[in-house]
Formats: sequence, structure tokens, C-alpha cells
Amino acid sequence: MIEVRHLSKSYGEVAAVRDVSFVARDGEITGLLGPNGAGKTTTMRMLYTLVRPDSGSVLVDGIDAATDPLAVRRHLGVLPDSRGLYRRLSARENIEYYAELHGLDPVTARARIDRLIERLGMHNIAQRRTDGFSQGERVKTAIARALVHEPANVVLDEPTNGLDVLATRALREFLRELKAEGRCVLLSTHVMQEVAALCDRIVVIAHGRVVANGSPDELRAQTGEAALEEAFMHLISPSEVSP
Amino acid sequence: MRSAFVVFRKELRESLRDRRALMNTLLVGPLLGPLLFLVMIRVVVSTELNKAEKPLPVAIQGAERAPNLVAALKAAGAAVSVAPADPAQAVRDEDIELALVIPSNYAEEWQAGRAATVYAYYDSSRKEAGSQIGRLKGMLEVYSRQVGAMRLMVRGIAPMVANPLLVADRDQATPSSKGAMLFAMLPYMLILTTFIGGMFLAIDATAGERERQSLEPLFATPVRRTSFLAGKVMATTAFAGTSVAMSLVAFLIVGRFMPAADLGMSIDLGSRFLGLVIPVMLPLVLMVSSLQTFVAAFAKTFREAQTQLGLLQIVPVVPVLLVTVLPFKTALWMYAIPLVGQQLVITRALRGDTVGLVPELLVIVSTLVLAALTYVAARRAYTSERLALSG
Repeated sequence: MIEVRHLSKSYGEVAAVRDVSFVARDGEITGLLGPNGAGKTTTMRMLYTLVRPDSGSVLVDGIDAATDPLAVRRHLGVLPDSRGLYRRLSARENIEYYAELHGLDPVTARARIDRLIERLGMHNIAQRRTDGFSQGERVKTAIARALVHEPANVVLDEPTNGLDVLATRALREFLRELKAEGRCVLLSTHVMQEVAALCDRIVVIAHGRVVANGSPDELRAQTGEAALEEAFMHLISPSEVSP
Repeated sequence: MRSAFVVFRKELRESLRDRRALMNTLLVGPLLGPLLFLVMIRVVVSTELNKAEKPLPVAIQGAERAPNLVAALKAAGAAVSVAPADPAQAVRDEDIELALVIPSNYAEEWQAGRAATVYAYYDSSRKEAGSQIGRLKGMLEVYSRQVGAMRLMVRGIAPMVANPLLVADRDQATPSSKGAMLFAMLPYMLILTTFIGGMFLAIDATAGERERQSLEPLFATPVRRTSFLAGKVMATTAFAGTSVAMSLVAFLIVGRFMPAADLGMSIDLGSRFLGLVIPVMLPLVLMVSSLQTFVAAFAKTFREAQTQLGLLQIVPVVPVLLVTVLPFKTALWMYAIPLVGQQLVITRALRGDTVGLVPELLVIVSTLVLAALTYVAARRAYTSERLALSG
């Protein structure tokens, strides 16, 4: 479970995130929805302790990110916005590196990597060097290395960015499996259809603030719009004009 | 520490797969220098030898007026030829290098016991002219002095009367120190190798990770950033150290093919040399590796880092200038300046001079201190929030 309480972060004069609070529960997929530049990535980065918040706190499985960032990272599987791989290593070696960084013993690591390769359908690319991978193959590898330590909480920043229809479908299916396993899945996206298709709970962010928080049905009820896309537009539009 | 070792292994593994980087850091870098050096020193030696043995070509006009003088020149190693009608023009046209004109009144002056004048034509703007006219003048001087001494003796005067001052050469250059002059470039090459050896890895492991956007997911793992830094610096050090070792081996081999004996030099490239040089090079490798990692941490792209570290390579030229070009007398405090200290120790070790325990320790300790400082600086750069935020 991930709890975010009153997070704020400014870069100089620019307030990137202002008083953001939400909870992502286990066994649910929570979507952080907002237009580009709304503060999603900054919020995510504070979650996995890359960026220190100016104020507010992050709790992952009850652990405070400010006091024990290493423990928080141990409980998190992260697919950040930047997902570079090592070109001169094979997909498998890329994942192995992360297994070693997480301190897994070789036997456990091998078993888990085999399973991830199986689940993500990576047989044909596992032994290949990642140089020249397609976007889809890259994301698969990045997800596999993020999950090799079997974290209870999975954080994904715009996971379907740049993926084709097939790859997107496969990824959504995989995220549903993670949810079914009882994990807490938190993803950010600017794509409406994504949250509609996947999420149990939606946190709408615009201009660094949470403008709505609830299930898709609740959002529709709150805005009085029948379609989720209209509801989204309704939610973010007023704040487009306010400071 | 365990995770630092994981990082170290991965960096090595990845770099070892890059054939181009491998060639540069482990082969071209350390070997090119010594090979160039071997070629260079052979050229120097052969020209030196040629200069000394080759007969000096002198075109003489009016040789028949001074047969004794001409005979003396021939005996001293001059290759005498007949000068063209206009020797000055011939020198200007570069047809001949040197011309000696013996004027028609030479015999008359000579007989009268006055100073007989001969004219030497040369062009000092030409490369070889300096040493050639020097040789010719030397020959003429010797002849002049001999004749002068004989004339004094004929008159019953001791020749010493006309030579109140006698200069006796006592050249303090030992054969080894002559060799070290030629070898002045070796310390520089060796020091430069520490900069070249780990450079690629330092860039790739920091600026490269940033550019490839692989740093952010890395920092999301439960590993301290300081462990990443330690692993990366260790890998850079390993590469730079290997490079230096290769370079040393190359020099030892090249040393065997040196025509040093031809020049009456001796060069010490044996175990004593290694025993003095390796202890001062190890801390330097550490220092340069942390410095490069530190600098690369501020670059956004591989290219940017490459430019900056390229500039950093100029730094080791400074001590070369200090030690070899500027007329500084070696003082103890100089050993406390990293790079300068290494330059001094390597230079002395090459000459076969001793290096005291105090200077040697001074170099080691001062370099280690600087290495620690740069490492701390790199640590600060690595733990700053800015580092991971790519793009």
C-alpha cells in the first residue's frame, strides 16, 4: 500500500506539485491521470525517493520514505519515465544486474527471471543484446528488471508510452495479473482510455494539484458527465484558467 | 560493499564488450606512446651518430694558396672540394653548405707573420648550418693554435704566454643523465596513460548512464548511491591501472631495443625502476579515476563529458613543463604536488638516481590525500538530487 500525504515540491519559482494526497491500495490498480506537465512524474519520483519533497510524506507499506528510503525502495518495483537499458548486455543480463543489486542469491534470481521471461513472453529476446530492441521489447525488459525482487508495490510512469496496440494489450493484461496477485499497482498516464480500461481508482492531477479522486463511477457522478473522457475534460479545464 | 562489487563487475563486463574502447584504453593508449618513442629515439640516435662521423663537406676557393691548412682540414675530417666561382651565391642558392675562401694575399700575410684572413661563407638560417660552421671553425681554430704555438717556440717563448686561460671540460652529465634527457617524455607518457586508461569507462558509467536514461531506474533500487559511485570508481581504476601496467611493460620491452649504448647512455628500466615508480603511480590512478568520475557527473551527454575530460588531459603537461623546461631546482616541497611529484620520481628513477624515502612517501601521501578529496567531491555530486534527473 502506498500513502501519499500533502506532498509539495517546487523547482525555483515553479511549484511542480502542491499538496498532493492519495492512497493506492493493495489488490487495486490506481491511475494517476493528468495532462502533460501536471506533476505526475515529480510525484512518482518523490514516491521512489529520487526526489526529496519540500513538505509532506510518503508511506510505502507503512514505511516512511524520508526516514528509511532504502527499505521503501525494497518494497517498490519501479518503471520510471526513463527506462534505459545497457546496450552491450543481453535482456537477461540486464535483469540479472538488478537481481544482484537487490541482493538475490543466484538460484532464486534464475528461477524468478525464468518466470518473468515466461510471463512477459520474452523467450526470443532474452539472450539478445538490447541494442536495437523495439520499444515494446525495451519496456518488457524494463518491467522484468523492476519486478525481479517481487515487490508488493509496483509503480509505473506512463507504462504504455510508445507501445503499439498489441503490446499495450499484453501489458494491461500483465498489470491485471499483478493486481490479481494482490499487489498494489500505481501507474501514471495522460491517456484517458488507459484508466478507463484498467483502473479501480483514479487520481486526477492538474497543475500539481489533485482535482479529483475516486472510482470511475464516482468521477462520472461527481462531474455529471456520462462519459469518462468528458468527466476528465471537465475536471482539468477549470484549473487550466486558475493559477 | 557487496553491491559496490556488483556494480564493479557489471561495469567491467559491459566495457570489456566494447571492442573500440578496449582497443583504445588497453592497446593503443599504452602501446602507441612507447612505440612512437622507440622510433623517435632511434631517429635521434642515428642523426647524432651521423653528425659525428660524417665528413664535413667544405668547398674551398684558392686551396692551392694554403696547402698546409687544407691538409690539416682534411686530417680533421673535412671533405674538401673546389668551390664554384661565386661561393657566396652558391651558398645562397643552397648549392653548397659551406664555402671557405682563401684570398690571394693569404700567403703574403702568412709569410709576414701577420694574421691571415680566410672567409667562411654559410647561411645561418639553414638547419644544419649551425653545427657545420661550428665544426669548421673548430678545425680552423685548432690549426691556428698549433701554428701559433710553433711560432712562439721558434722565438723562444713558451706557448702558455699567449694562452693565459685554459678551459678544461668537465662535463657532469653521466651517461645515465644524458639518457634521461632523451627520456624526459617517458614520465609524461606514463602519467598520460592514467588519464587515458579509465577515461572511457568514467564517461560511460556516469554521463553515459545519464544520456541513456538508465540512471533513474538504477537509483530506484535499494542500493546506496555511494555504492554505485564506489563500484564505478573501482572499475575505472581497474581499467586505468591495467593501462598503466601495459604501458610499463611496453616500456620495459622498448628499453631493451634502445640504442642507448651507442650514445654512451644507460637507462634503468629494471626492477629498481618499477619498485620506485609503481608505488607513486597507484595513488595517482586512484586520484585520476575519482577526478574523472567527478567531472563526468556534471556532464549531460557522453560527448560533453568527452570534451571536458579531454581538457583534463592537458593537466599532466604542466608538471612536464615545470620539471623539464623551466629552470627550477628540485626542492623537497615539489614532491608534495601530485603529478609534479610523480614526474620527479619517474625522472630520477630513470636516471638511476636514488629517491629518498621522504620524497617517495611525500608523493604517495599527497596524492592519496588529493584522491580522497576528489572522491569526497564525487560523492557529493553523486548524492545530489540533480544527478539522476536526466533530460
